[in-house]
Amino acid sequence: MSTAGNQKGTSYIDAISQALWEEMERDPSIFIMGEDIGIYGGAFKVTEGFIDHFGPERVIDMPIAEEAFIGMGVGAALMGMRPIVEVQYADFISCGWDQIVNVAAKMHYRTRDAVPMVIRGPSGAGLRAGPFHSQSPEGWFAHVPGLKVIVPGTPYDAKGLLKAAIRDDNPVIYFEHKYLYRRLKEVLPTGDYTVPISKADVQREGDDVTIVTYGAMLQTALEAARRAQEKGISVEVVDLRTIFPLDKDTILNSVAKTSKAIMLYEDTRTLGIGAEISAIIAEEGFENLDGPIIRVSSPDAPIPYSPPLEDFFLPQVDDVLAAIDKLSAY
Amino acid sequence: MEVKSLELNTQQLMEIYYFMRLGRAIEERLELLYKGGRLPGAIYLGRGQEAIEVGASYALEPGDMLAPTHRDMMSQLPRGITAKEIFTQHYARTNSLTRGKGEDNYQGDLKRGTFATVSMLPDFYPVAAGAALAFKIRNEKRVAMTYCGEGATSVGDWHESINVASVLNLPVVFIVINNGYAYSTPVYKEMKVANVADRACAYAIPGAVVDGNDVIECYRETKKAVDRARDGGGPTLIEAKTMRMRGHAGHDPAKYMATEIIDLWTRRDPIVRFENYLIERGLLTDESKREIINRINAEVEDAVRFAEESPYPEGKEAIEDVYRG
Repeated sequence: MSTAGNQKGTSYIDAISQALWEEMERDPSIFIMGEDIGIYGGAFKVTEGFIDHFGPERVIDMPIAEEAFIGMGVGAALMGMRPIVEVQYADFISCGWDQIVNVAAKMHYRTRDAVPMVIRGPSGAGLRAGPFHSQSPEGWFAHVPGLKVIVPGTPYDAKGLLKAAIRDDNPVIYFEHKYLYRRLKEVLPTGDYTVPISKADVQREGDDVTIVTYGAMLQTALEAARRAQEKGISVEVVDLRTIFPLDKDTILNSVAKTSKAIMLYEDTRTLGIGAEISAIIAEEGFENLDGPIIRVSSPDAPIPYSPPLEDFFLPQVDDVLAAIDKLSAY
Repeated sequence: MEVKSLELNTQQLMEIYYFMRLGRAIEERLELLYKGGRLPGAIYLGRGQEAIEVGASYALEPGDMLAPTHRDMMSQLPRGITAKEIFTQHYARTNSLTRGKGEDNYQGDLKRGTFATVSMLPDFYPVAAGAALAFKIRNEKRVAMTYCGEGATSVGDWHESINVASVLNLPVVFIVINNGYAYSTPVYKEMKVANVADRACAYAIPGAVVDGNDVIECYRETKKAVDRARDGGGPTLIEAKTMRMRGHAGHDPAKYMATEIIDLWTRRDPIVRFENYLIERGLLTDESKREIINRINAEVEDAVRFAEESPYPEGKEAIEDVYRG
């Protein structure tokens, strides 16, 4: 994947820190808990300086006990707090799986009690971090009604969606793509803003092919679109931003315009988000299609460590261009 | 805030007796209804556990939070959950506390200080610790209490949550009802320690073993733990030794339990023991006991009738309330 260099403005990671800081200033019921988030400032330094400003009562270092402190987030949320749980890497969210899918996700359905909590963690590959520090677990949670799942692709969306997630009365899983943390910058508005959950964004308009993507793959899609344009192919890029519940309308409207659709996602292929969107397009947009729906994804394998292996594993710009070429034949 | 004292007065003793008797009457009625095929789902009975169910929960005050398991319906009675609510829940009616969404004993009401449980155990240990964390952050003099069976103490959540609660000095009381079996698995196949409460030293918190069939002892030990938590003294682990006098669920005849064991624990029946205590102190007579039981039976029959006459939810409600807003 590629990102444009030398940008000015706020980095993706600073946008996340700003959202947390500003929300904690705004609402005393918000607190953060997780591993090494206090004096150390978090494994990626998202909460650096937070404990000095907000104190150890609101920036709570936890032992290695994800199941416990995710469950504690549910209990605190039910008591009217708005906890934010940091899992050090998104991969480790599996250690708290049960509390998320059985306790948090099903509470409101049964009792109509709100569970306003955010569980956030750095996801994604590209950093030579191997099978246990590179996963994109959003698909696991997109299969759980009661949860909302967000993977922002830009600093603007990272900040605005995190604020929206914190203000939402439902449990929200928020995955930050760590490859983007310090590689992507953008000039952000100075004032307070939110980005609506469950609303996709057309990042680039085009007429010939639609790429539906999210997370770090947004940059891959945009680069492929630039290169396709050189060949005279106009590509529209839809950034999902929220993985679940999905914004079907934006996807279907784009496909109605271009008649061709590529699903680009970093998660593994089978039952990934692209598989679901393919089904939606096939069911609800079939008459608009001029060619097959193509998935460009990671293969059904764990994420390898060695650079040539990981590069092979991850969807590259050339893979997207090949899919665009294939669809251009229709 | 006004809290109960360690010594129970007559009115409180009789209230505890009422809750124990009501709990048993509800469960006996549920068992009949289940065997008669009148309930859509399962039943999980806590018969034999009345003393710890009611005695520990009774130590809480309004504003405190109780986080029970699927077998702890009786612990919710002192929190104000009613017979009608328990039967409408079992009957899966639209006017139940979960509107037909949650099963059998999975009712709760935050306003009355009790969560609606989940099946995975002991998932409410962390949840209770989280409620206690909220109380601590807000400087509220409130306490959370949670129950599980000894079977759930083999799960990692159990250790994680007690450890974190100890580290953060949270106002939470952890109750373990050691009732002899995890489904069909006897205690000796679950652990090698003699007492679950012995593990408290591993977390540097107080631990206590109580006679789980002695409601006064259950109340007093829990009450001390609740007071300590409220006063900033952190969590306590209490193990109540008792016996699950029925199978794991209604379908389970529990043939793996020796009749000698059941006979032994029948002679230790917590309600009979408490009645003897009350009779010795002149607080209960055959006549007043009959009057109380009759009143409870009428209350239960009224609740059953109410539940049976209550409508089911409409099918389309199945997709409502997945999200707030």
